[in-house]
Amino acid sequence: MTAFDIDIKGRAGSFAIDAAFRAELGVTAIFGASGAGKSTLLKMIAGTARPSSGRIVVAGKTLYDSVSGIDLPPERRGIGFVFQDARLFPHLSVRKNLTYARWAGRRPASRPFGEVVSLLGLENRLDSDPATLSGGERQRVAIGRALLADPSLLLMDEPLSSLDKARRREILPYLEAIRTETGIPVLYVSHETAEIARLADTVVVLEDGRVIDSGPAATVLARLSLATGGDTEEAATLIEGRVTAVDPAYQTATVALDGGSIELTGTGFNAGTIVRLRVRATDVAIATQPHDGLSIRNQLSCRIDELRREGAHAMVVLDLGGQRLIARITAKSADALELAPGGRAIALLKAVSVEMARVEQSTRRPL
Amino acid sequence: MSEAEISIILLSAKVAFVAIACALLPAFAIAWLLARKRFAGRGLLQALVTLPLVLPPVATGYGLLILFGTKGPLGRFFDSLFGLEFAFRWTGAALAAGVMAFPLLVRPIRLSLEAIDQGYAEAARTLGASRLVVFLTVTLPLALPGIIAGAVLGFAKALGEFGATITFVSNIPGQTQTLSLAIYALLQTPSGDAAAMRLILLAIALALLAIIASELLARKLTRDRP
Repeated sequence: MTAFDIDIKGRAGSFAIDAAFRAELGVTAIFGASGAGKSTLLKMIAGTARPSSGRIVVAGKTLYDSVSGIDLPPERRGIGFVFQDARLFPHLSVRKNLTYARWAGRRPASRPFGEVVSLLGLENRLDSDPATLSGGERQRVAIGRALLADPSLLLMDEPLSSLDKARRREILPYLEAIRTETGIPVLYVSHETAEIARLADTVVVLEDGRVIDSGPAATVLARLSLATGGDTEEAATLIEGRVTAVDPAYQTATVALDGGSIELTGTGFNAGTIVRLRVRATDVAIATQPHDGLSIRNQLSCRIDELRREGAHAMVVLDLGGQRLIARITAKSADALELAPGGRAIALLKAVSVEMARVEQSTRRPL
Repeated sequence: MSEAEISIILLSAKVAFVAIACALLPAFAIAWLLARKRFAGRGLLQALVTLPLVLPPVATGYGLLILFGTKGPLGRFFDSLFGLEFAFRWTGAALAAGVMAFPLLVRPIRLSLEAIDQGYAEAARTLGASRLVVFLTVTLPLALPGIIAGAVLGFAKALGEFGATITFVSNIPGQTQTLSLAIYALLQTPSGDAAAMRLILLAIALALLAIIASELLARKLTRDRP
């Protein structure tokens, strides 16, 4: 089922927006730099900004269609919006904020209140004044408030960007829980590839109001990493695998990948869990043959797809049984090891540097 | 307290209360227009609303006399349509007090409306609330402290109004003689100093009571909300 189908033209300040994309269920991330038109796009979908022409269809319902003159007001679009700055009503308690869509918006109570409250861990804050909440709690209330509005689509406009690193880590599991437990399609705007890697099934890349790339998260993020090779911190790839064994004593999990198997740290995973790994290009080392006597236990045999030189550095694009891995090494090393496309190489992964997240359903598509 | 003193205080309270009760709604409407809308003549409206604050009160009173007197165009209009007379009546005193207090009502309400982040209204709309419901459940409660501040300030001004009142409706005991007018009248009589002092002390007591009451009200309405 198509969750939403969007094709709109309009203006956002000084530049034009001309974006068309559609998505299935799951989380669709809109990625783009600040000022790429991401927020304006969300406002147009929510109905608080008006496109100049186009069509917006969500869950089979036409919200906007310039040809047939349909333009539903925001309150009748059945959309949940989580804003960057939470926007909790300061004169209402947490409970009244959460239930606002029911008592003021007359939206149906299709989702049990207690279920949302426990999903977001807000049991103890219901009677609090929003001003007394921490940044993370505030954002959780904002998410709950949107969920309780019975939305057929949840829009999230950089919900983590106003939070510090620790708070982000606090919220991410809740966002993952929404994806896996509510089944509500999510349109998630962000300029953080790390967040997108963890949450998104589909990625749409927006630049100056236009869609320049879209597709399955792993594919688009790998292309993005190569395109933004200069941005060394962020270059990373996503690979998916299945947990085959766990070692509670060492708190490690063995993950089977298409091209081998690796051991990573992490708890709360069971055998059979499908996980998504985010591997930064700077955390992958390369060897031409297997090594003993190393602290790095994960050694994966890959084929070299591509070698890109960027000054003192080289980006080595590796093929691991169909999934992609990128290593960022020095140009000197690449020459010393005589790496070349088509050849074999061993990718060395430090277990502690890989981020692992659970996914409910595999979203992998062939690359 | 003598009977005369009690009737003076009751009259003053009635005049000020009616003045603010009648002025509050139009003051809110104009504050809302000034805070939210951009339209031709906005600057003129703003100047007009501020006028009673900067004009000599006697001039405002004279203007009211010309407009709302028995022969004035608005005076005849209200008399023939609603049987409402202003000249030399307590209703005229209330009108004068309301006009003089008007700018003091508008300003805090406008400031509080301007201070409300429009993002709250946007959020409320996406949660299913229509414009009217957003106004009732978000805008109005958030503007409440400003409305209370304006009403208290306006009430104080209405209670003590002198110049416009005496010019418009004169100083008639039992009809238009409010507290300040009574104090003024007593100070004009050779042996009235002691009686004037009693009224002044009463005025002080009344003012303190009003301040405490409004503080309590403001606290009740703004602090207990969540």
